[in-house]
Formats: sequence, C-alpha cells, structure tokens
Amino acid sequence: MLNTKIFERSAIGRLLLADKAGSYLLMVLFAAMVLVPLCNLLMPEGSFLHIPTYIVVLLGKYLCYALLALALDLIWGYCGILSLGHGAFFALGGYAMGMHLMRQIGERGVYGNADLPDFMVFLNWTELPWYWYGFDSFFFSMFMVAMVPAALAFVFGWLAFRSRVTGVYLSIITQAMTYALLLAFFRNDMGFGGNNGLTDFKDILGFNLQSDITRCVLFALSALSVMLAYILCRAIVSSKYGRVLVAIRDAESRTRFMGYRVEHFKLFVFVVSAILAGIAGALYVPQVGIINPGEFGPINSIEIVIWVAIGGRGTLFGAVIGAAAVNYAKTYFTGAFPEVWLFMLGALFVISTLYLPKGIVGVVKQLQDRRAERNAPTSQGAES
Amino acid sequence: MSAVVKSPGFHSSELQSMLYLNGVTKSFDGFKAINNLSLDIAPGELRAIIGPNGAGKSTMMDIITGKTRPDSGQVRFKDSIDLTQYDEADIANLGIGRKFQKPTVIETLTVWENVELALAGTRSVIRALWHKLSSEQGDRINEVIKLVGLKAKAAELAGSLSHGQKQWLEIGMLIVQGPELLLVDEPAAGMTDQETMETAALLKEINREHTIVVVEHDMDFIKALDSKVTVLHEGSVLAEGRLEVVSANPRVIEVYLGR
Repeated sequence: MLNTKIFERSAIGRLLLADKAGSYLLMVLFAAMVLVPLCNLLMPEGSFLHIPTYIVVLLGKYLCYALLALALDLIWGYCGILSLGHGAFFALGGYAMGMHLMRQIGERGVYGNADLPDFMVFLNWTELPWYWYGFDSFFFSMFMVAMVPAALAFVFGWLAFRSRVTGVYLSIITQAMTYALLLAFFRNDMGFGGNNGLTDFKDILGFNLQSDITRCVLFALSALSVMLAYILCRAIVSSKYGRVLVAIRDAESRTRFMGYRVEHFKLFVFVVSAILAGIAGALYVPQVGIINPGEFGPINSIEIVIWVAIGGRGTLFGAVIGAAAVNYAKTYFTGAFPEVWLFMLGALFVISTLYLPKGIVGVVKQLQDRRAERNAPTSQGAES
Repeated sequence: MSAVVKSPGFHSSELQSMLYLNGVTKSFDGFKAINNLSLDIAPGELRAIIGPNGAGKSTMMDIITGKTRPDSGQVRFKDSIDLTQYDEADIANLGIGRKFQKPTVIETLTVWENVELALAGTRSVIRALWHKLSSEQGDRINEVIKLVGLKAKAAELAGSLSHGQKQWLEIGMLIVQGPELLLVDEPAAGMTDQETMETAALLKEINREHTIVVVEHDMDFIKALDSKVTVLHEGSVLAEGRLEVVSANPRVIEVYLGR
C-alpha cells in the first residue's frame, strides 16, 4: 500500500498516471527486457518458447530505431523542427562507439598491430591520429557518444535558430548537413575507415560480442534506454518548458512577443534530441557489428521521419510504435519482395499523410472515441 | 491614491512619455511605409490610431516591438530606452505587449495554459523545465481569465474558441504579461456589434492600469473608447486630437472619403 502511495506522489508516478498509453508501452518494454533474454538463454532450442539469437539482435535493432524515433518526435512533434538529418547524430554516436570497439581489438586484427586499427595499417599510417586518443577508455568513449552529437547539434542549432531558419529551409540544411558528413566519412584520409567504416569488432568490456549473453545484455540495455528516454521525453513535454515548445510550434512569433527566447528553447531540445540519437547509434553498432558512412545517408534520415509520421507525431509512444512497425514491415518485405520495399515505403508515407494524418496512434484513438460515443447515449438514457 | 495620478502603476512625476517616436522612417523597396512619423504617448494614456489601409499602422507596430528596424528616427520607451537596440523577446520583457491583428493564441493548449505561458515571470529554459506554479500565480491566472470573460472555458482548447473569444484570450495573455504599454492591433476586427462594445469596455477597464495604443478601423469602437485619436496617412500623422475635432478636419474627411 505504502509503495503505491509513494509511486503516486513521486514525480515519475504522477507523470505516468497521466499517460496511460505510455504506461502500457513501458510495461511492454519492461516485459521484453526481461522475457526476451530469458527465452533466448534458458529455453532449450526447439522449444516453442525459445527465441533464436538472430531475433534478439533484430529486436535490439528495432529498439535502437525506436530510441532514434523518440529523439525525432521530441523536436518535430513538439517543437515543429523537422530535421531531415537526424541520422547524422545517430551515426556519430555509432562512430564513437565503433572507435572504442576498434581500440578493443588490439593486436587481434588481421595485421596484428596493437597500436593501429587494421585500416590505418593498410593505408600505411604510422601513428594514431590525435582524435583517436582516449577511445581506449570505455568511459571516455561513452562521454563522446553523447558529446559529439551534442556539440554538432549545438553549433548547427546555434547558427540556424539564431538566424531564424525555420520550416522547409531548416529541413533542407539538416539534409545537407548529413550529406556533407556522408561525403566526408567516405574519404579514407578522414581516418574513420572510409567507405568500409569500422567493423570486425571482437568484444566490449571484455565480453565477446558474438556470445548470446552479451547480445542479450545489449538487448536489455537497449530496452532500458528506450524506457528511460521515454520517461525523460515525457517529463520534458509535460513541463512548462514543453508547453513553450508547443507554443513555438504553433505560433512562433507570438511566443517571441511573450518574451521567450525562441532560439534558446529550440537549441536546448535540439541538443537533447541529438544526444538521444547518439545513444541510439552507440547501442546499435555493437549489435549489428558495423558502422559505415552509409548511416549518414539522407534516405536514412528521411526514413526516421516516416516512422514517426506513421506511428503518430507528437505523442512519443507513436514514434516507438511507428519505428517498430515500419521496421518489422521492412524486414519482412525486403526478405519476401526486396525490389518493392522502397515503393512500399513511399506509398506508406503518402497514405499516412493523406489518410492517417495522426498515424497509427490517431486511428486507434479515433476508434476509441467512436466507441465512447456509441456508449455515451445509452448511459445518458439510463440517467433520464 | 491621488487623483492626479491616473493609475497607481505609473511614476508620473518622473516619466514624461511612455512611448516617443520622433522622425521615424522606414521604406520597403523604395516605398516609404513610415515617413517621418512622430508620436508621443503619455503614461496612462489610451490612444486610438486610425488610418486607411496602407497608412503604416502595422509597420509602426512592428518597429515598436522590434520586428522591424527603422531606417532612421528615434523610438524611445519610458523616456530613455532606445527600442531600436532590442529584439522582440527583449522588448516584450522590457514591458511592451502586443496583440496581433489576427487573433494568435496557442490553439493546441487550453485557455488556462495559454495564460500560464504569458504570465509574467522568468523566461529561462532551465527554470521552465523545473517550473512549479505558486498559488498566487494560479490565482492571478484565474483572475485574468475571469476578467476577459472566459472563466467557463478555462479548461478548453484555445482552438475551440470563437473568433471574439480568441481576441479576448489574447488580451488576457497580454495583461498577465504585466506590460506597462499595450499595443493592440484591430481588436474589434470580425466581431459582432455587441462583442465590439464589450471589447471597448474591456480595454477601458485595462487602461486603469496600463498605457494602451489601439489601432482600429471601426468608428463605433473608437467612439466607445472616447480617447485621443491619431490619424495616420501615408506613413505620417495627419491629425491628432479628440474624435469630434479630428473628424471635422477637412484633410481627414478627404483621405477617408476620397478613397
């Protein structure tokens, strides 16, 4: 009894009691976090409860995408900042993690060089570039996972928001940003492995990346990250700060005339969102085992927008649902009919824009409202 | 309170003018939207500004609120503050509130939340994240919502209000911002006759504590305000004075009837 009371009074408790859909989502994520690893590790192979490792990895990937979608929904759904370059922050977080994993390989690389990653030996480099310093340390790398995307978002956002670049123009320059990074990371002399990227990872903190246990832990961490990020985003949008974001989204100049420094409000949320995207990338890389410049591709960033649009923009849980649903469809269709997937994706976007402006979440809500309406007259009839 | 001071909020002994424009000029692509405009609003005054379309009323508002920079001329607030040095957010925080011609409220937030956002207080990002409303602030919000006649609608989305109600909500948002000077752009536009009269009464009520500049077309509304009137024409002042005097001015008649 006491525990439930404490929960109801705590800040998080009040937040979740007001957010039913979010609470269900967190319950599902929590269940997945516990059950998926259990079913993978403890159930014997062949049992119908057994979840094969490749499914665990696949689900872990979906969770990383869900986190990325949350990051985008926070800025697009609540502040109207349509970033078409959010994949860049994801990729930078991924590269920071990848650099750490590369340093962990040590002398087990093909060339057996303890000081340099294989691709540097191949390029006849003799010493480690300065920007690779420190990535031997796990904690420094984790710090960079957050700081590199944050720094880029800060500088980019500072320039763009201060100059009052909004709407389509902002979307276009975010797209240009990720494209520029794509081209830069393709170059061998950038020192990030060129078009092959970073791969051949062996272990993380001494745990073999190929082992089922490590994969299950990474999966559970991804689920936990989505849950924590969801609570963080919900807390942000439920605060007065969140209402200022909505005010900026719906009437930017009115908000300015109320005395709010719109550029500061946008910059803060943009940086938070970039950090979340970076964390998503860092969780993604050890699970898929590679990071290459392809992650900076403009199409990747546009796909994130499609997940959020299809799930339901401006709801947070819609973003998670959209990311999971679209990526499941992608897994299925790229396996069954690989050549039609891009057409499907385009069609999904057009259909959701035309017929489901509020996404999957909006449709569910509409159905609920309709049912409530149907029930309402009978209850009124009973009263009179 | 002494009867000489129109409102307890003004230190009238020291303050000469609330808003002072001198020789302000602004042109867009060679067209002089504002041409050598001079205007002096006393503390506690209610001033109506009228003029045909294109007279420069909106540009004048933009210049005062920092949205547009004038090419030349002085724009001073409370005698000494040079408004041309600041942007919109600064000027709002200095104490100038603006109501737009088109009612602009945050449609996806409730009436109450709209007023809460406008409520005077800190505008910093960090404080907004941890903000908790005090009971005095809550009382103030309720008080203003009642003043603008939206008490029954407080929990409804602002988007569901009628046009006139949105105008009132926006006026309420301006009041809680606690500005010393209120700029009100065509508050009666699109209102019914009764709403127009109610709005005039509301502005006169607010004028007891705030200096107000109203831009309006509606002559019945101006009459109901019963205040000093400035007539703008082609970016400068054509006539100034009581409505009876101004409307007898042959130049004013020509401008208005000659259109």
